[in-house]
Amino acid sequence: MEKPLTQHIPASGAPLHLKEYEAVGGYAALRKVLQELTPAEVTGRVKDANLKGRGGAGFSTGMKWSFVPAEVTGPRYLICNADEMEPGTFKDRWLLEGNPHQLLEGMIISAYAIQATQGFVFMRWAYKEAARIMNQAIADAYAAGYLGKNILGKNYSLEMQLHTGVGRYMCGEETALLNSLEGKRAIPRAKPPFPQVSGLFGKPTIVNNVETLSYIPHIISKGGDWFKSLSYTADGGTKIYGVSGKVNKPGAWELPMGVTMRELLEEHAGGMKAGFRFRGALPGGASTDFLTDAHLDVKMDFAGVAAAGSRLGTGTMVILDDRTCPVGFVHNLEHFFAQESCGFCTPCREGLPWTEKILYALEQGQGTYADLEQLEMHTKLLGPGNTFCALAPGAMEPLQSALKYFREDFEQHIKEKKCPYADHTH
Amino acid sequence: MPIIHIDNKPYEVKEGKNLLEACLSLGLNLPYFCWHPALGAVGACRQCAVKVFKDEDDKKGKIIMSCMEPVKDQLRLSIDDTDARNFREHVIGWLMTNHPHDCAVCDEGGSCHLQDMTVMTGHSYRDYHFTKRTYNNQYLGPFLNHEMNRCIQCYRCVRFYKDFAGGKDLDVFAAHNHVYFGRQEEGTLESEFSGNLAEICPTGVFTDKTLKQHYTRKWDLTSAASVCQGCGLGCNIIAGERYGAVRQITNRFNGAVNGYFLCDRGRYGYEFVNSGQRIKTPMVHHGPADKANGIPVLQHVHQRMKPGKTIGIGSPRASLESNAVLKELVGEENFYLGVSAADHDLVSLSLKILQQGPVRSASLQEAAAADVVLILGEDVTNTAPMLALSVRQAVRRIPVEEVINHIHMPAWQDAAVREAVQDSKGPLYILNVQETKLDELAKGAYHTAPDNIARIGFGVSHLLSSKMPEVKGMSEQGKAIAAEIAAVLKTAKNPLIIAGYGGGSEAIIKAAANVAWSLRDLGIDAMLTYTVPECNSVGLEMLGGHRLDSAVDRALNSEVDTVIVLENDLYRRLNQHRAEQFFEKVKDVILLDHLYNPTAEKATIILPAGTFAESDGTLVNNEGRAQRFFQVFAPDSAVQESWRWLLQIASINGHATLSGLQHFDEVVSHLAHAYEKFESIDHLAPHADFRIAGQKVPREPHRFSGRTAMQANVDVSEPRPPQDTDTALSFTMEGYRGEPPSSMIPFFWSPGWNSVQSVNKFQVETGGPLHDGNSGKRLIEPHGNGQTPFYTEVPEPFLPLKEHLLLVPLYHIFGSEELSVHTPGIAERIPAPYIMLHSEDAKRLQVTAGYLLHFTDNGHHYTLPVIINDTLQEGVAGIPVGLPGMQISEAPQLIKV
Amino acid sequence: MLSAIEIEQITHEMQQVPVKKAACIEALKIVQGQRRWVSDESVADIAAILEMSTAEVDSVATFYNLIFRRPVGRHVILLCDSISCYVMGYTEIKQQLMELLQIKYGQTTPDERFTLLPNACLGTCDHAPAMMIDNDLYRDLTTASLSQILDQYL
Repeated sequence: MEKPLTQHIPASGAPLHLKEYEAVGGYAALRKVLQELTPAEVTGRVKDANLKGRGGAGFSTGMKWSFVPAEVTGPRYLICNADEMEPGTFKDRWLLEGNPHQLLEGMIISAYAIQATQGFVFMRWAYKEAARIMNQAIADAYAAGYLGKNILGKNYSLEMQLHTGVGRYMCGEETALLNSLEGKRAIPRAKPPFPQVSGLFGKPTIVNNVETLSYIPHIISKGGDWFKSLSYTADGGTKIYGVSGKVNKPGAWELPMGVTMRELLEEHAGGMKAGFRFRGALPGGASTDFLTDAHLDVKMDFAGVAAAGSRLGTGTMVILDDRTCPVGFVHNLEHFFAQESCGFCTPCREGLPWTEKILYALEQGQGTYADLEQLEMHTKLLGPGNTFCALAPGAMEPLQSALKYFREDFEQHIKEKKCPYADHTH
Repeated sequence: MPIIHIDNKPYEVKEGKNLLEACLSLGLNLPYFCWHPALGAVGACRQCAVKVFKDEDDKKGKIIMSCMEPVKDQLRLSIDDTDARNFREHVIGWLMTNHPHDCAVCDEGGSCHLQDMTVMTGHSYRDYHFTKRTYNNQYLGPFLNHEMNRCIQCYRCVRFYKDFAGGKDLDVFAAHNHVYFGRQEEGTLESEFSGNLAEICPTGVFTDKTLKQHYTRKWDLTSAASVCQGCGLGCNIIAGERYGAVRQITNRFNGAVNGYFLCDRGRYGYEFVNSGQRIKTPMVHHGPADKANGIPVLQHVHQRMKPGKTIGIGSPRASLESNAVLKELVGEENFYLGVSAADHDLVSLSLKILQQGPVRSASLQEAAAADVVLILGEDVTNTAPMLALSVRQAVRRIPVEEVINHIHMPAWQDAAVREAVQDSKGPLYILNVQETKLDELAKGAYHTAPDNIARIGFGVSHLLSSKMPEVKGMSEQGKAIAAEIAAVLKTAKNPLIIAGYGGGSEAIIKAAANVAWSLRDLGIDAMLTYTVPECNSVGLEMLGGHRLDSAVDRALNSEVDTVIVLENDLYRRLNQHRAEQFFEKVKDVILLDHLYNPTAEKATIILPAGTFAESDGTLVNNEGRAQRFFQVFAPDSAVQESWRWLLQIASINGHATLSGLQHFDEVVSHLAHAYEKFESIDHLAPHADFRIAGQKVPREPHRFSGRTAMQANVDVSEPRPPQDTDTALSFTMEGYRGEPPSSMIPFFWSPGWNSVQSVNKFQVETGGPLHDGNSGKRLIEPHGNGQTPFYTEVPEPFLPLKEHLLLVPLYHIFGSEELSVHTPGIAERIPAPYIMLHSEDAKRLQVTAGYLLHFTDNGHHYTLPVIINDTLQEGVAGIPVGLPGMQISEAPQLIKV
Repeated sequence: MLSAIEIEQITHEMQQVPVKKAACIEALKIVQGQRRWVSDESVADIAAILEMSTAEVDSVATFYNLIFRRPVGRHVILLCDSISCYVMGYTEIKQQLMELLQIKYGQTTPDERFTLLPNACLGTCDHAPAMMIDNDLYRDLTTASLSQILDQYL
């Protein structure tokens, strides 16, 4: 089984240094691109591979690039979204800490494809080690001529910078990220105009996820067919999956796209810890709908998870076990989302704290059936399009599915006027 | 024009608008908060949700925000859709989770957009049963009250204050449902346009603090359409009264003039009407007239008037009617303009240029649409504040037009457009004696003495057209600046040149004319704006009269027995020495005015004149636009319009042409017939006999309360309401309840729309003109034919003189205007008198900041503390003009220190 | 007043970006790096150097979680309270920390040694519960391990 993204990362998790990266074929793709391919050809190859964004939304990467208007002159930007802050998600950290040059090479190639003049890695503040490693890698890449003026002696130049954030989930939303990078409040922007047309400082900009960009050198080197062949399903490539919660071996693994939840849970995560039973999982981070044991054979690709009523999201599962209160679990999520709402649009700013308060009341045994109706209503009203960005709709996904799959737990809280999982109340 | 289908009915709508604008323009009710016609759309509040459908067969549809979606031909949408209605109701529900529901004690109550929208959506029951979030409020200065708990986070305040008006000290803080709108710390809001927050805010977070001092609900106000008296721009206002006091000034939309906004001097400067210094009864020798020999006051006046020995002094702050009647009463040869020599020189020159030259005067709206702006010697933020707001919009417009094509977004997509525009600005050049607030927007801002400003202006015009005089001996720097400006102007389509009274220099005004005229010569559609000091400066100059100096000379030659002074304090027009001489020589002074002032102390007879709030009249603004203001309330004293006093005097004197005139319409018609240039003022508004469905237009809303009780402490029987025989307005709530003609709208109200947002209902389209046009008539049009005129007298360069300083006037929005300083909040913001020096001059004079400097100007001794400002040219000193207690000094003067 | 080092670093950041304002967040980080928190005075100083208004800088500063606008202790403990750590029992860690330090969330110990704050997901969910103290990440926390960890910070 091929693991192109992670195979060279030492088991210790220590970073692959420039020389080590070069020794395993690193920067060969960049050489090839600069010597042989036009920007349009690079975009074409990525399009052909049908690489879908690994940040959560799953949009075609090559397609995204092709929206950058050719005629616009002046600066253009390529940004790596390394603001991994979706609760339950820890996949990009692995790539950032383990193989920084793979990401840089991917970024340089991508930047070339859209003819960007400047690249940024927007990294969340908490990844201190990753930031240190990335800064070193950028310096090494400059020294080796992979960055700066006339890369590898060719007629293409690119500057690269690392920006570390100061903490806001919103920064992971690509347009809010742009505002933050401009030194502003990280509130989202309306789309259209898309960043491809008017992005950072109003200039054409592409924002891609760490995992997505890390794949670019491999697709260039080995082609679209190879990429597609890695996968169990129509969505090509491998994917970094993760599992956290009460399992024996929580962790992250690079696996063919489309492994089943069961395989992830039982083979890779080593099954549930003794004394804990599986009740459900958020398949791709905090803002995805619960799947339950009825869905264990769902293939973990974009279409498969969608068909089951959730989203692949980041591909990192959070497991709900039978000794954790689903109401408390969802309350924790809604607390997070309410806190991380930027405060710009009404439904999100006012609706999320309301759901959080109701869930807290339920946990305290002070909830009513009317509260459940109120929660149901919010899951409908905070849907996509009703709010300014995807934060609140994402926040409603685990809530709506919890109300669906764990309704008896909610009702039990009301009937018994207390949380039946007393040891997990907080 | 595209057709859109709203709830299955086809409507023709205007291209380029968003769906919310389209719906509102069609007169449909769709609630909204964050959108504003002047600010555009950002999609924050989510209140204007509608459902759109792919086609006729699409029954499911999708909810979208109408403010964020452009009109598209054959688009199908539903306002009435159950899901959309349900969502809109819930948006209010969310906003209400933390709103305090304190309408009963909130100043916004009854004119609250949040109330209106809540009712419109049908939200009436509160499901939220948790604790509300609370905030601390801030002290924001004398103009605005802050009550953050009421905030619904629509972001309009910051978008107006910061993005639109360029304010620096209001912002949004924190995140999620803790967002807070206020200052970085408590303190007075610095922007000259802060008062607009009271109207921009859809609820009671920012409310008018002066109104709070004498609070009245909107529905209890007696209101009328009026025109601001605060400067020469003539912004349209609505003034509201109760119990004989003006309670509030709000914006009266005029698309050609002030649009949706007012400056703080205009909004808050009204309190002189309520001042304790008001003259309420006729006085003879400073005693009540009715006790003076038992003769009616008019008889006293009659006795003191002798033909040929009586002169009249008009006023730039009195109506055209009052000035014209005085002129006719005393005779043309005896009528003097009650303005200082400097003001007269500057305004008459400006007027001549606009009347005889080929370049058009710009309205504020046209100014906001200029593609290049050149300001010569004027700090417009302080001399004509709303013009500064127009310049801000002009500077923003060019880059907006550039980016909207590039990002394929309409200009109303405010956030997207701002992002694409970044910091780029249209070309603005400022030449002034010192730094100004607009400098931050300028491509170039240069500070030098008035004559040098004029020289650069002449230099620019010479570069544009070789017909224009060459400037000899220009410095290298001056040449470079002139070349830069000329190069940009050459590429312009509709550039605007601004100059005016603020520079105190005729040479600058001429230089501005030369620049505009040379552009016209190149076929460029240039515009000119000259600021003027007072609300009727232009009207008075157009009416014409002799210089005030010659009145003083005549008096000194003992040729004057009696002088009738119309709404004027001559101590603000003449230096103290001349004024004293004048009053010593004149036997009798008959003063018609509303506030007790130094001139009143010299008066034999004082007649209580109405302020704008107690008068009907016409003013001509700096553009040459004649505008009508209507009496707001009937005073319960002897106060009446000056023109009415003067007509009564004419009558008792048996005046040949004025006798018999009684009503306002008659005066206006008389004036319109007497002067061709004033012909159109007869058509500014409907006449007194105008009726709609047989009814007058009421000044009071139909919910006006307390009418039978208001006077109960005086008389238990309800007195007959005052009758308005001068206009088609009534002083009561009775009358036609529909929409009145635009020129006389006493208040904006429409069923379901109680707040100022109801102005939508009075417009042809949102943001567009009022239903029967923007009111006012231009009296000045450019003289298109013939040769381009030009001025040839280029001043010599100013060079610092040893032992001397060139004293230049500096104007202040708060302090330089005579009447507004009677508002306590404005008085609080008047700067202390000062003399401003360059640090090198200070060094030379061996003074530092705070030292008292003594000097003499025109025979008057000054002692002023020094402030240092190195944007002044060396050898130039600035002193503030018109501050209470300061002598008037409008023109640059050389002084010896 | 900003120190020479702060001015130098902020000036450097200003040179990296097309508009001065864009260095705002970096400037806040720099000042906080030197002083542990950002005072009103520092906000005004940053505004001056970036040619922004004080209100504008504060608008940004107060938006983000990790710009501290109030004084904090010598060491800031950021305890992850997001979902994986919730499932893995961070609440017990929280209780234990509060007992050991005798402070609640948002408070600083009287000796100014520690400030305790909750924090959103630290991205190390496979080793939950987790916390950060200053720049150091601690994973797989147990109530027993806490006092030893805290002892390393003086």
